[in-house]
Amino acid sequence: MDLIKMSRVKEQRVSKKTPIKQDLDKLEQSLELELPETDKEIDSLRTEELIVNFGPQHPSTHGVLRAVFTLDGEIVRKIEPHIGYLHRCFEKIAEKRTYAQFVPFTDRMDYISAVLNNWAYSLTVEKLAGIKVPERAEYIRVIIGELQRIAAHLFSLGTMGVEAGALTPFLYFIDEREKILWLFERVCGARLTYNYINIGGVRADVPEGWLEDALSFVHHLKKSIIDYDKLLIGNYIFKKRMVDTGKFSAVEALDWGLTGPPLRSTGVAYDVRRSDPYSVYPRMDFDVVVRYNGDNYDRVIIRSEEIKQSIRIVEQAIEQIPDGPIMAEGVSRELVPPIGDAYGHVESARGDLGYYIISDGTPKPYRVKIHGPSFGNLQALPAMAKDSYIADAILTIGTLDTVFGEVDR
Amino acid sequence: MLSSAQLIEFANNNGIPLWALNASIALVMAIVVFAICGLGVIVFVYMERKVSADFQLRWGPMHVGWHGTLQLIADALKLFSKEDVFPRNADPWVFRLAPIFMFLPAFISLMVMPIGPGIVIQDLNVGLLYILAITSISVAGIVMAGFGSYNKFAVIGSLRSAAQMVSYEVPRALSIIGVVMIAGSGKLSSIVGAQHIWYAILQPIGFVVFFVSSLAETNRAPFDLPETEAELVNGYYNEYSGMRFMFFLFAEYIALMSASALTVVLFLGGWHGPGPEFLGPIWFLVKLFAVIYVIMWIRWTLPRFRIDQVMDLGWKVLLPLALLNIFITGIIMLVI
Repeated sequence: MDLIKMSRVKEQRVSKKTPIKQDLDKLEQSLELELPETDKEIDSLRTEELIVNFGPQHPSTHGVLRAVFTLDGEIVRKIEPHIGYLHRCFEKIAEKRTYAQFVPFTDRMDYISAVLNNWAYSLTVEKLAGIKVPERAEYIRVIIGELQRIAAHLFSLGTMGVEAGALTPFLYFIDEREKILWLFERVCGARLTYNYINIGGVRADVPEGWLEDALSFVHHLKKSIIDYDKLLIGNYIFKKRMVDTGKFSAVEALDWGLTGPPLRSTGVAYDVRRSDPYSVYPRMDFDVVVRYNGDNYDRVIIRSEEIKQSIRIVEQAIEQIPDGPIMAEGVSRELVPPIGDAYGHVESARGDLGYYIISDGTPKPYRVKIHGPSFGNLQALPAMAKDSYIADAILTIGTLDTVFGEVDR
Repeated sequence: MLSSAQLIEFANNNGIPLWALNASIALVMAIVVFAICGLGVIVFVYMERKVSADFQLRWGPMHVGWHGTLQLIADALKLFSKEDVFPRNADPWVFRLAPIFMFLPAFISLMVMPIGPGIVIQDLNVGLLYILAITSISVAGIVMAGFGSYNKFAVIGSLRSAAQMVSYEVPRALSIIGVVMIAGSGKLSSIVGAQHIWYAILQPIGFVVFFVSSLAETNRAPFDLPETEAELVNGYYNEYSGMRFMFFLFAEYIALMSASALTVVLFLGGWHGPGPEFLGPIWFLVKLFAVIYVIMWIRWTLPRFRIDQVMDLGWKVLLPLALLNIFITGIIMLVI
């Protein structure tokens, strides 16, 4: 940077168009001659901006983000995120698979909250084919989906602690997440990629006694989350690190297309569960958590508060769940939707996750376009973390909570 | 003491020159302290792993030996037998010398620690000054490691640590002045001897300032900025592996030991405790482990500060507090 500037200055000197410029040059030259030796030495010392590659193998980039930091000492002048290290052509693969065959691929996108991806895809296909999902299946989807949201937010809070230097809370959060994974394992046999929510319903009914166990787990979490809040979010140093860093206004957030917790932290109450209700969410009583400061701290607090709201939803859903079938009738594996297109979206743990599917009347989709919230959130990073400290930039990457399976797809 | 009358007499009778006697005694002592350091490091690393496991709902090392007691020996053997990776563009001498520069200051600062009444290797008159002077050398080791290894992360880490250690040197030294004023000596054994009431009680401000700046001096959390794994991928020792890496680890824990020992000597009554005098070293060890446990507790609970907040704390909070402590101590001593 400095070299470029210097060369420009030189060019101007050579041109010497105006008499004032000439005078100035003479003056400068005379001044330069008068400078004592030591001052000249100081002048000749260069300060250079350091360009550092953070990633793709870096402990705190949540996967494979390669961010090129331009550093001026400890301050980040510019961040260039480079993506594509986890690109697996899922949108193209979808065109070569039948509708039912693509469900397991959606698991591999946002692998921290896989079931919500299943849900978004199934929802869109159901819209396209006009399938009515049975009530019990909808309730199971809500319970599983909210537990998944809790798990994803717990993971995010834990990694946030690690990035701020607190290693212990991570283990507490992971321990709670583990209990959710056990619950999932009992339902569908998998811990991370579930392939559980399928087109037309869910793959299997919950085992006997599972709902009671889920209820007792959320009761337990309700109590322990208060302690975790005190340990991590209420910590003086953590607050000092987080408050007023990576700040974003509501207008900026909307311009950059943020969704999810980063958007809600700026004061915009946009939550797909409320703004464009799907499934049985209209029957649920919960609050859309909104904060107004738009900084890292608010983004963290929103996740913690959303866990509490998700607990409320799970409690209500377990109370209201009816008996009945768990799969819509007449949904075969060779599903052929009518010609047309459909857009369906859900509120995933990262934000507004949308699928746009075009059908040309064959068993395979003509085109599947996926709108991953992490992609939208990540592109705001350079603007958000500009002119902050390195440590804050890392925290901003953390609070945006991007998952790279979803960014690259 | 290094040379007692009997030893000198023995040397004279057997025709051994005095310099050879002194050198051999120094060598023996160095080996003894090195052995103690090695043992101490093994104990502290094991303790750290067990304490952190306890804090984190884990078991820690369990499989090698009884409750994983031999795990660290296995780890040490592994690190010894690893390939010595040398970065292509690294400065050969600076890179190789840096671990030694890190290790030596912490090691030789243990030479003046009075463990019990009369149990000290070299009871210097200016023991306190000696420790303050010696421990600040280790920053040179960090800077050497950072610049020598030709790695941008390491450079940033070493610059951070240079800034941090230089800043915290000042409040740390000033917080001790209160102790020296009360004890009337810079000799560590006479400071302990004069300490019938713990100086932590007589000098609460000084104690807090000293403890916090000791944490910063030894790069422990919440001041472990030079090695932040989330940002700088272990900072200044990024490029080190195998035995050199182990040396850094070694140095870190010996520095921890030396800082804790100094805390015990200056503020927690050294070897004083109930019971007969020969129990002194045991009381010293108990206090030492208590201080180290508290330091580990802090490390495994708190997040870390940002670099500007560290500087603010050092210059704007701890330094005025240390000066205030000297002022108050002076006034009270005048009045009494």
